[in-house]
Amino acid sequence: MPGPFSRAGVLAALIALLLACAWPGAAHADPAQSAQTARALVPSPQKGKGDACVADTDFMRRYHMTVLNHQRDDTVHNGIRTKQFSLKECIACHAVQGEDARPVSIESPKHFCRTCHDYAAVKIDCFECHASRPESNKAAQLPTGHGDGAVSALSRYLKGKGQ
Amino acid sequence: MARIRYREIGSSTGFSALLAVLALFILGGLASAWYMEHHGHIVTGMNNLVVWGMPHVFAVFLIVTASGVLNVASIGTVFGRTPYKPMARLSGLLAIAFLVGGLAVLVLDLGRPDRLIVAMTTYNFKSIFAWNIFLYVGFLIVVAAYLFVQMERTMSGYTRAVGWFAFVWRLVLTTGTGSIFGWLVARQAYDAAVMAPLFIAMSFSFGLAAFLLIILAVCRVEGRDLGDGILTRLGRLLGVFAAAVLYFTSVQHLTNLYAAEHAGVERFILFEGGIYTLLFWGVQVILGGLVPIALLYAPELSAVRLRVALASALVIIGGLAQIYVIIIGGQAYPLVLFPGMDVQSSANDGAVTSYAPSLPEVALGLGGVALALAIAVIGLKILRFLPVSLADEIVDPAHAQTSGAGA
Amino acid sequence: MTRRMEFHVPQHEKRGFEAAGVDRRDLLRGLVAGAGLTLASGVTLYAVGGVAEARAPGDPVSPEVRWGMLIDVNKCPDGCKACVTACSKENGWAETGSSLTDAQWIRKVEVTDPRTKTSRALPVMCQHCAEPPCVDVCPTGASFKRDDGIVLVDKHTCIGCRYCMMACPYNARSFIHEPLSDQKPHAPRGKGTVESCTLCVHRVDEGRSPACVEACHADGGGAMLFGDLNDPDSEISKRIAEYATQQIRGDLGTDPGVHYQNL
Repeated sequence: MPGPFSRAGVLAALIALLLACAWPGAAHADPAQSAQTARALVPSPQKGKGDACVADTDFMRRYHMTVLNHQRDDTVHNGIRTKQFSLKECIACHAVQGEDARPVSIESPKHFCRTCHDYAAVKIDCFECHASRPESNKAAQLPTGHGDGAVSALSRYLKGKGQ
Repeated sequence: MARIRYREIGSSTGFSALLAVLALFILGGLASAWYMEHHGHIVTGMNNLVVWGMPHVFAVFLIVTASGVLNVASIGTVFGRTPYKPMARLSGLLAIAFLVGGLAVLVLDLGRPDRLIVAMTTYNFKSIFAWNIFLYVGFLIVVAAYLFVQMERTMSGYTRAVGWFAFVWRLVLTTGTGSIFGWLVARQAYDAAVMAPLFIAMSFSFGLAAFLLIILAVCRVEGRDLGDGILTRLGRLLGVFAAAVLYFTSVQHLTNLYAAEHAGVERFILFEGGIYTLLFWGVQVILGGLVPIALLYAPELSAVRLRVALASALVIIGGLAQIYVIIIGGQAYPLVLFPGMDVQSSANDGAVTSYAPSLPEVALGLGGVALALAIAVIGLKILRFLPVSLADEIVDPAHAQTSGAGA
Repeated sequence: MTRRMEFHVPQHEKRGFEAAGVDRRDLLRGLVAGAGLTLASGVTLYAVGGVAEARAPGDPVSPEVRWGMLIDVNKCPDGCKACVTACSKENGWAETGSSLTDAQWIRKVEVTDPRTKTSRALPVMCQHCAEPPCVDVCPTGASFKRDDGIVLVDKHTCIGCRYCMMACPYNARSFIHEPLSDQKPHAPRGKGTVESCTLCVHRVDEGRSPACVEACHADGGGAMLFGDLNDPDSEISKRIAEYATQQIRGDLGTDPGVHYQNL
C-alpha cells in the first residue's frame, strides 16, 4: 500500500521508541548503576527501622494494599489488632525524619508512602483520616507491646500517682 | 382520534440562550460542590444538629417532583384517559430529568462524594436509604423502558403493562422518600407513618405543577397549540392534589397536637418557630395551598392559561417551603433527651438550632434544578417527545365538540 | 516484660492482667488493692473485674461480652469536665468554640426540672445501643455494632450522608466539617465522615478502660464504671442489679449500653 511511510520504517521507528523508553529501566535493573542513574527516575524510599519488613519486599510492593485492607476490616469490625500488617506499625517503622527532627507527614514528598505513590501517580486516601506519622512524643520511645498494654498503663498510672 | 404527530423542538437563539443560562447554573452548582468538598461542610450553614440543609430541600423537592411529573403518563396509560396520552412522552422525559437533577444534588452534598461507588456496591438492606438507591436507579430504568415502548411502534403493545409497572414503582419510590423521615424515631417532627402518603400527595401536586409550567412554556416558545380544555382539566386535577396535600398536612399536625408528647414541636412549627411558622402558614398553606386552589376553581377570574400558570408556580413555591419546614424545621427543633426537663449543654442540647442557608448550598440546589431542565430541553431537542399540536380538537375531539356545543 | 514481673503476672497470660479468668482476677484484685494502699482513695478496682475472658490480639471480639458503662450522677460534680477533657486528649478532637460544628464525642449535659429548679449534670456520649437506630439507617453499613456491643463508624465505607445523625436520639454523633491532619494514630478521623464515641475501642481491645472512665476516677468524682454487662459477676452488672438505674430515652427501646444511676 503506497503511502508517505513504509511499513518497515514505521516498525523500525516503533522499536526504536520502545528501546528508548525501556532504557532507563534497563539501567536501574543493574544494581551497581541504580544508585546514580536512577536517582531522579525511580523512587528510592528510605528503609524502615529494623532488619526486615514484615514480609518480602516484593510481596509488600505488590500486595501492601491488599494486606492493609484485609487487616483494616479485621481491626475495625472484629477488633483484631495483630501487628504484622497494621498501618499504624507501618507508619511507625517507616517514619522519615524531617529537618525539624520530627517524622515528616504526608505533606512532605519525602514521606515513605509518597516516594512511590507520587512516582506511580496513585492517590493515597488513607491519610485523610489516618495519622501519616507517629505521635511526636510517644511512638518513638514506647515499644507498645501487645498484651502488656494494660500492665504498662497501670504502671504508668501508679508511677504518676506516686509522684 | 387523529394520529398524533410528534416533533423535536426547533433551533433558535432562544434555545441556545436558555441552554447557556442553564449551563451557567450547572457550573455554579459544580463549583459549589467542589468548594464544599474542598473546605468541608464548615462553609455551609449545616452543622451537627441541622445535618441536612438547603441541598436536601432541593434534592427532596426534585425527587418528589420527578415521581409526580409522571402523573400525566400514568393517567393516560394506567387509567386509560386518551387525551393525556399525547403528553405521556414528555411526562416520562421530565421524570427522568428531575430525578437525575435531584440525585446529583444529593450525591454532591455527601461528605465523601468520591465514595459514590461505595454507596452503589455496599448495602445495608435494613436502611430505607439503601432501598431508595435501588428505587431511584430502578425508576430511571423503568421510565426509560416506558418511554421506549411508547416511542417504538412495534413495542406499543407493552405500553399498558410497563405503564402499570412504572405507576406502582413511583408510588413505592415516593413512599420510600417519605419514609426517610417517617421512620426516624429520634426526632419529634418525624416518626410518623403519615409521611409516606403525605409525600405521595406532595409528589402528585408538585409534579403536576412542574409539568404544567414546563408544557405551557414549551408550547408558548415553540408556538404549538395547547388546548384550553385539556389545561382546564389538568388545572382542576392540580387543585385536587393541592387539596390532598393540605389534607395530609392537617392530619400530620392534628395527630401530633393530640399527643401531649408532641405538643412542643407543634408549638414550634405552628406558632413560635419564627421563619418556620411563617413559611408554614404564609407560604405553604396560604400561598402554596389555598390561593392556587382558589385560582384553579374560579374560572371567572381570568384566562385559564394565566390561572394555571400562576397556580402552578405558587404550588411549587409552597412545595419548596413545605419541604424546608419539614427538613430544616424538623431538625431545628431540639431532640428530647429528657422528656419534661430543661436541658442545656455545649452541644446545644435543648435549644432550637439556628440554620441559615449559605450561598454554595443554594447554588448547588439551583444547579440541580438547572440540570433537570437542561436534560429536559436537550431531550426535547433530540427526540420526538412533544406533539406538534396539543389543541383540544386533536387530543380530545369528543370533549372539544361537546364543550363547544355547550358554550 | 519487667513490668509483668513486677506484677507477678504469669508468663502465659496473654492479654494483661485484667483479661484474666475469675481466679486470676481475684489474685490481681488483691495485687491492685495492695498497690492501692499507696494511692488516693477511689482509684483502685475500676479497671478490674469487667472482662469475661482473655482475648489474644488475633482473636475476634466475642458476642459473649457486652461492654457498657454505669454513671452515678450523684458522683458527677457540676462543672467537672475531666471525662470530656480526657476523651478529647485521647482521641484528638478539640472544641474550637463553634459548638454547632465541633466534634463532641462526650459532653456534659445539664438537666433541670422546670418545677423544682433542681438541676444535675451528667456526661452524655454515644450510648452504644443494643438496637442502634444509626446502624439501622446507614445505607452502606458503615455504622455498625461490634459483636461486643460497641457501636462504631467504619470510616472506610462512610459516605458522609449524615442519615445516622438524623436517626440518633442522643445527639451523640458529629460530622467532621473541616480537613484534619496529625490525628492520633489509634483514632483515625477525617473530613466528610461521621464519628462518635468509640468507647475507646483501641484501649478496650488492649484490656484497658476508656479514657473518660480512667480520668473520672483520677481527676473527677469517680462516677463512671466500665465493664461487661453480660457477665453477672462484673462490678457493673452487680451494681445494675442492686440499684435502680436508668437509660436515656429508655422508652425508645434502643437499650443503651450506658446506664445512669441517681438520675
